[in-house]
Amino acid sequence: MLDYFRSIGARAIHSVAVLGRSGVFLANSLIGVPTLRSGFPLLIKQLYSIGVLSLVIVIVSGLFIGMVLGLQGYNILVDYGSEQAIGQMVALTLVRELGPVVTALLFAGRAGSALTAEIGLMKATEQLTSMEMIGVDPLRRIIAPRLWAGFISMPLLAMIFSVVGIWGGMLVGVDWLGVYEGSFWANMQASVSFEEDVLNGIIKSLVFGFVCTWIAVFQGYDSVPTSEGISAATTKTVVYSSLAVLGLDFVLTAVMFTAL
Amino acid sequence: MDNYIEIRGMSFLRGERLIFNDIDIDIPRGKVTSIMGPSGTGKTTLLRLVGGQLKPRTGTITVDGENISRLNRKKLYLARERMGMLFQSGALFSDLSVYENVAFPLRVHTKLSEDMIRDIVLMKLHAVGLRGARGLMPSELSGGMTRRVALARTIALDPDLVMYDEPFAGQDPIAMGVLVQLVRLLNDALGMTSVLVSHDVPEALSISDHVCIIADGKVIGQGSPKYLKEQGSPLVKQFLQGLPDGPVPFHYPAADYRTDLLAGSEGAGLFS
Amino acid sequence: MYKRTIEIVVGLFIMLGIGALAVLAFQVSGLTTNAAADTYKIYAQFDDLGGLTKRGKVSMAGVTIGRVSNVELDKESYTALVEMELYRSVDNLTTDSTASIQTAGLLGEKYISISVGADEEYLKEGDTIFDTQSALNIEKLIGTFASGK
Repeated sequence: MLDYFRSIGARAIHSVAVLGRSGVFLANSLIGVPTLRSGFPLLIKQLYSIGVLSLVIVIVSGLFIGMVLGLQGYNILVDYGSEQAIGQMVALTLVRELGPVVTALLFAGRAGSALTAEIGLMKATEQLTSMEMIGVDPLRRIIAPRLWAGFISMPLLAMIFSVVGIWGGMLVGVDWLGVYEGSFWANMQASVSFEEDVLNGIIKSLVFGFVCTWIAVFQGYDSVPTSEGISAATTKTVVYSSLAVLGLDFVLTAVMFTAL
Repeated sequence: MDNYIEIRGMSFLRGERLIFNDIDIDIPRGKVTSIMGPSGTGKTTLLRLVGGQLKPRTGTITVDGENISRLNRKKLYLARERMGMLFQSGALFSDLSVYENVAFPLRVHTKLSEDMIRDIVLMKLHAVGLRGARGLMPSELSGGMTRRVALARTIALDPDLVMYDEPFAGQDPIAMGVLVQLVRLLNDALGMTSVLVSHDVPEALSISDHVCIIADGKVIGQGSPKYLKEQGSPLVKQFLQGLPDGPVPFHYPAADYRTDLLAGSEGAGLFS
Repeated sequence: MYKRTIEIVVGLFIMLGIGALAVLAFQVSGLTTNAAADTYKIYAQFDDLGGLTKRGKVSMAGVTIGRVSNVELDKESYTALVEMELYRSVDNLTTDSTASIQTAGLLGEKYISISVGADEEYLKEGDTIFDTQSALNIEKLIGTFASGK
């Protein structure tokens, strides 16, 4: 019985230690802007593998979610004779919530797990150690560009998601279900506020990008350098990122939108 | 004997386990030294301690007159410029080509022009026989070739000390022969000090000037290969000759054979 | 050359993201380049706001001529004091105009509709509209119906 409590305590202490380690890790990676000439090409390469390669899944998902929102929204609103409000419903749902959150979840699954696996593999094949032995700080050369690429890509991807989703909603609402195009856009413009909705959505995606990339990169760096270790780390990345995103979304929504 | 590396009274723990217990090791300058021992004795850890990646609990590690574990970040960086380390897996950067991998230390530590870097890279690759492979990516190389490229990268800055972590492990005879020759030739040609960590006894002994055998965190034998073969303790002899049984027992501690077999089933132990 | 392609593609990606931002800004949220200086403030008092909030529309004959910028309780008269920002281009509202709170559609939001009177003078910055009609309150209406008649 006592052993059970002891193991819980040990687990709790271990978790706190991991959190601390990840904090130190983050600080060490971000301190000091890397020199422009050497740092920039690395950043570009990471933007490509993290951002550009996620575009396909973001656009396709955005399109389908936007279309489903259009369909379902229409079904609900038509009972109140308010199907003209479909534009504002789709736009607000996407810009405030689904854009940042779903993009973050997709990001964690696609880019996050790729990052974890890549860094974990680098650790397992001792590339990180040999880099240190040559005198290069792997945190600056490998980790930092990936962190910044994640921070920059996420908001961009979330905005693309929202726009594609709204277009999908328009396809369904206007072209298929016959809502007037004029009122679709007019109602949307009247109710979506740039400062309150769009900007808050961007802030959310910045926070999510920060958290997801940090988790992904740390899990790779901290992984046990075996094949089971890497697979466990990849799983943890996806799970922790998703939970963190959903939890933070609630907190951020409460803070940002209850004032309205 | 002039020592490049002197380890005195060094102890190192990992968690609760004592990896090294108050050991003394001499690594002579300009010679090839092998560090051998049963698996898991922490030979790789020793290389990391010498390289300053880990700090010992007690004792000193002096590399070319400097106490490595006391150096600050900057001095350590400078000291590492004169050290090269070859990892077991080669550890080439998978996103860079062979040429870029070898050029990496040059770009980091020097401000040489591209032309000079090209010359040096080609020379190093030629020394390991892979100058023609410079455009390939690490994923396109065989195991032996990977190690040779890694070796070229290790000597890119003409270090004074090169450490090899299990360089011969898992190599086919030809690749092994190539590597063995390279280690010896490079050491003599470039006037380096080489430290070899291995358990491939015949290969390592064939090129070593000095050997140090570690077991259970202690040095059980240190000297030239000839000396150890003739004068070594039973444990040293068992290791060098590869005898299956001796001071390191073949059988994992267990109960008497006859009683165990006759016990019947595994569960019977509970009730008998 | 391989590197060049990557750089171009990444550049396109970033442009796509910024383009999305622009679409969100202008097409989706109707951000206009109306500077704040283009408006002037008008006040009105209502007995019952009925759900009118900040950012509500102010319109005349169905055309938006401004926004509700602030809503407060006037402690002396116990009425709602509404501050509106009207576009400077709409400068011909007479001083006896009426402001009434109406609903847009069945589920719609509340907005203020202004209709002009016959006076010769126009409203200026800081003026107050006195002739106001509060929001239609369903319960009061039913009460009047049931008891009065």
